[in-house]
Amino acid sequence: MSALARTYAWLDDHFGVNEIVAFLRKKTVPVHRFSYFYFLGGMTLFLFIIQVITGILLLLYYRPTPADAFESVQYIMTQVRFGWLIRSIHSWSANLMILTAFAHMFSVFFLKSYRKPRELTWLSGMALLVIVLGFGFSGYLLPWNTLSFFATKVGTDIPGQIPIMGKWMLTLLRGGEDVTAATLTRFFGFHVALLPGLATIFVGLHLLLVQRFGMSVPPSQEAEWNAKPPNKREMHFLPNFLLRELMAWYLALAILGALAAFKPWELGVKADPFASAPAGIRPEWYFMFMFETLKLLPAKVGPIPGDLLGVVGFGLAAALWTMLPFFDRGGNGRTSRWVAGAGVFALAYIVALTAYGYMVK
Amino acid sequence: MTTLGEGRASLCGPLIRAASLLVLGVAGTLAAAAPLHAQTKNSCLDCHSTQTGAFHMDSEEFVASIHAQKGLTCVSCHGGDSSTDEMSRAMSPAAGFRGHIERKEIPALCAKCHSDAAYMRNYNPSLRTDQFSQYQTSVHGKLFAKGDTKTAVCVDCHGVHDIQPPGDQRSRVHPLNVAQTCGRCHADAGYMKPYGINTDQLGDYSASAHHEALAVRGDLSAPTCSTCHGSHGASPPGVDSVARVCSTCHVFQAQLFDTGPHKEAFGSMGLPGCITCHSNHRIVHPTDAMIGTGQGAVCLNCHTEGDPGFVTAGALHDDLTQLDAAIARSDELLGRAERAGVEVGEAQLAQAEARNDLLKARVGIHAVRREAVQSDIDAGLKVSAAGLQAGQTAMGEVQYRRKGLLVSVVITIFVLIGLYLMIRKTESNDGR
Repeated sequence: MSALARTYAWLDDHFGVNEIVAFLRKKTVPVHRFSYFYFLGGMTLFLFIIQVITGILLLLYYRPTPADAFESVQYIMTQVRFGWLIRSIHSWSANLMILTAFAHMFSVFFLKSYRKPRELTWLSGMALLVIVLGFGFSGYLLPWNTLSFFATKVGTDIPGQIPIMGKWMLTLLRGGEDVTAATLTRFFGFHVALLPGLATIFVGLHLLLVQRFGMSVPPSQEAEWNAKPPNKREMHFLPNFLLRELMAWYLALAILGALAAFKPWELGVKADPFASAPAGIRPEWYFMFMFETLKLLPAKVGPIPGDLLGVVGFGLAAALWTMLPFFDRGGNGRTSRWVAGAGVFALAYIVALTAYGYMVK
Repeated sequence: MTTLGEGRASLCGPLIRAASLLVLGVAGTLAAAAPLHAQTKNSCLDCHSTQTGAFHMDSEEFVASIHAQKGLTCVSCHGGDSSTDEMSRAMSPAAGFRGHIERKEIPALCAKCHSDAAYMRNYNPSLRTDQFSQYQTSVHGKLFAKGDTKTAVCVDCHGVHDIQPPGDQRSRVHPLNVAQTCGRCHADAGYMKPYGINTDQLGDYSASAHHEALAVRGDLSAPTCSTCHGSHGASPPGVDSVARVCSTCHVFQAQLFDTGPHKEAFGSMGLPGCITCHSNHRIVHPTDAMIGTGQGAVCLNCHTEGDPGFVTAGALHDDLTQLDAAIARSDELLGRAERAGVEVGEAQLAQAEARNDLLKARVGIHAVRREAVQSDIDAGLKVSAAGLQAGQTAMGEVQYRRKGLLVSVVITIFVLIGLYLMIRKTESNDGR
C-alpha cells in the first residue's frame, strides 16, 4: 500500500472521508442555459482565498503607522522576494473579487434565486457583499499614499452626512475628527481582524445554506421541466461540476496573472496630510456610482441638503434590495415584474454612473 | 510671643499698602494711556460724514485706519477742537485749526510725528523714523524741494484718511499692492510726460518672473518696485549699483560675475551688470537658450563668430543642455519603470542631486568660464548616468517579470485545456 493510500485510509478511518466522497458523488447540480452563472460564487470564494493567502504574506512586513506604512509597502515591492507579485495579486484579486461578487449578486437577482426557501442565503450573501466592500474600503488606505489618503477623507465624509448618527459613525470610522494615525490603525484592525472574522462566519453560513437548499433553478426553466420532466438535466457535483469549477478558478488565476504582469499595481506617492488635496481625487471604481451621484446632486433639493438626500436614498435602496425576498415571494405577477425592472435600472444606473465618473475626469 | 490677632494685623498693613500701590499703578497706567485711545467725541466726523462732495469724510474708512486705531483724530493733523459741536469754535484759528492741508505742507506735516523717535516710540517702538530724511534724498523728494508739487508725497503712496500699516493687505504699500501704487503715476503717460521717462515699467514688471513669484505664488519676499528702487529714498539704481541691488538676493550670481571677465568688460563699455543680459523690469525666467550662439542667446548682442567669448558661450550652452538632456532621459526611463510597477524611488531621489548640479552649473555660468561649471556638469552627468542605469535595470526587471508571468499564464491555460479534456473524457465515459 502506498503512503498516499495509507494516509487516505487513516483519514477515512478517523473522519469517514468515503462517506463524504460518496455524498458528493451522489450530489447533483442542475444543467441549463444559465448554469454558467453558478460558477460566479465559486470564483468569488477562490479570489477570497487568494486574498487571505496573499494578505497573510503582506502582513509579515506591513507596518500600520503613518511613518512606516508607505515605506513598508515600498519595502515589500522592492526588497522582499516576489513581494511585488504578492502585492500586485492582492490588489488585483481584491478588485476582481468585488467584481465577481457584484456579478454573482446580479445573477442571483435576475435568476430569482433569492426566493423562498433561500431568503437567508440571499441575506448572508448581502452581508458578504458589505463585508467585501468593507475590505476594499479599509484596504485602500493601508498603503498610505496620497490618493488613498484623500479618497478615504472623502469616503468617510459620506457616512458623516447620515442624520443623527452621522457624526458618531464618522468618529467611529476615523478614530477622531480627521483621517490620522488613529484611522490607519483602525482600518488595519478592520481589514485584518474584524472583517476576516465576520467573513469566515458568513462564508461558512452561506456555503452551508447553499448546500442545504441546493442550486436554484430559474423559474422559467423549472416550469419547462415540470411540464416535460424527461427534459430535466443534471450533472454530478463530483467530478463533473468540481472540474468545471476548477476551470473557472484557473481562468480567474490566468486573468490575475495577466493583470499583474501587464498592469502591475502602483504604489503612488506617500500621503502628506498637510498638503492640499490633489485634483481628480476619486474612490475605487466600485464606489464611483455613489460618488458621482453625490457630486451631481445640487446643494439643496427643496429644503433638504443634496448630500443628505443622496446618502439617505442609497441607504433606503440598499435596505429595500436586501429585503427583496420578503416582498417578491414568487410567481410572475406585478411585483415580480416591478422588481425585475428595478434590477435592470439599478444595473444600468451603476454601469452608467461608473462609466460617466471615468469619462468626465 | 505674637498672638494670632497681632500677626494678622502685622500682615494686613503691608498687604493693604501693596494693594493700594497696585490700584494706583493700574490707574496711573490707564490714565497715561488715555490720551492715546480715548475718543469721547469727534464733532469733525459727526458733521463731515454727513457732508457731500469735497467735504465728505467716510467715517468708517477713517475709523479703520491705523491712525484712528492708535487714537489719533482729525485734530491731530487738521487742528481745531473736535470736542465741541459749535462749528465756529471747532474750526477756530484760536484752536489751531488749519483746515485743508496743501500738498507742499504734507511731507513736513507727516514728518512732525514720524521723524520724532520719542513720540513714535509711544505707538510703535520698532518703526523707523528716517522716512522724511530718506525722502529728501529721493528723486521724488528732490523734485519736491524744487517746488514740483506733482511729484509723489507721503499721501500719494500711503493714502490719506485710510492709511494702513504696510503689512496689512489693504495698504497701498503692502508688497502685493506696491507695483499698482507706483504704476498709478509711472504708468500714466500723460502724468509722466513732463519728466520724460518711460511708462512701460508696470507692464514689463507684470510680465516678469518677480511679479509671478509675488502675485501668483504669493511669495511676499519676491521683489517689487521698492525692493530695487527703495521706498522713501526711491531713485533708479545707477550703472554701478545695479549689480549690488540684484546681489541682495542673487548673491552667488553676483559673486561669480565679479570673478569673471564680464565685470571689467561691461564696466569699460558703460554697461550695467545684470540688466544687460536679463533686462530690468521684464525679467523673465532664464533659459539655457539665453546663453550660447543660437537664436535668443543674449551673448550675440556683443560677441561675434570666432571671438573667444563666442566659443565659450557655445561651449557653456552645450554643457548645460547636455546635462539637462541626460537628466530628462533618466527621468523618463525611471518614470516608465515606476509606472510599470518597479519601485525606483531611490534612483529618482538621487536624480534630485543631478538637478541640483544643473542648478549650480546654471549659476556658475555667471563667471563665464567653463572651468567654473565643469565640476558640477561632470558630477550631474555621473548621477544621471547612474539614474539611467537604474532605469535600464528596472526596465529589464519589468521584462523579466512579464516573461515569467506570461509563462505562468500559459501554464495555467494548458491546465485549463487539460481540465476541459478531462471533463470530456469523464462525461463520455459516463455517457452524459
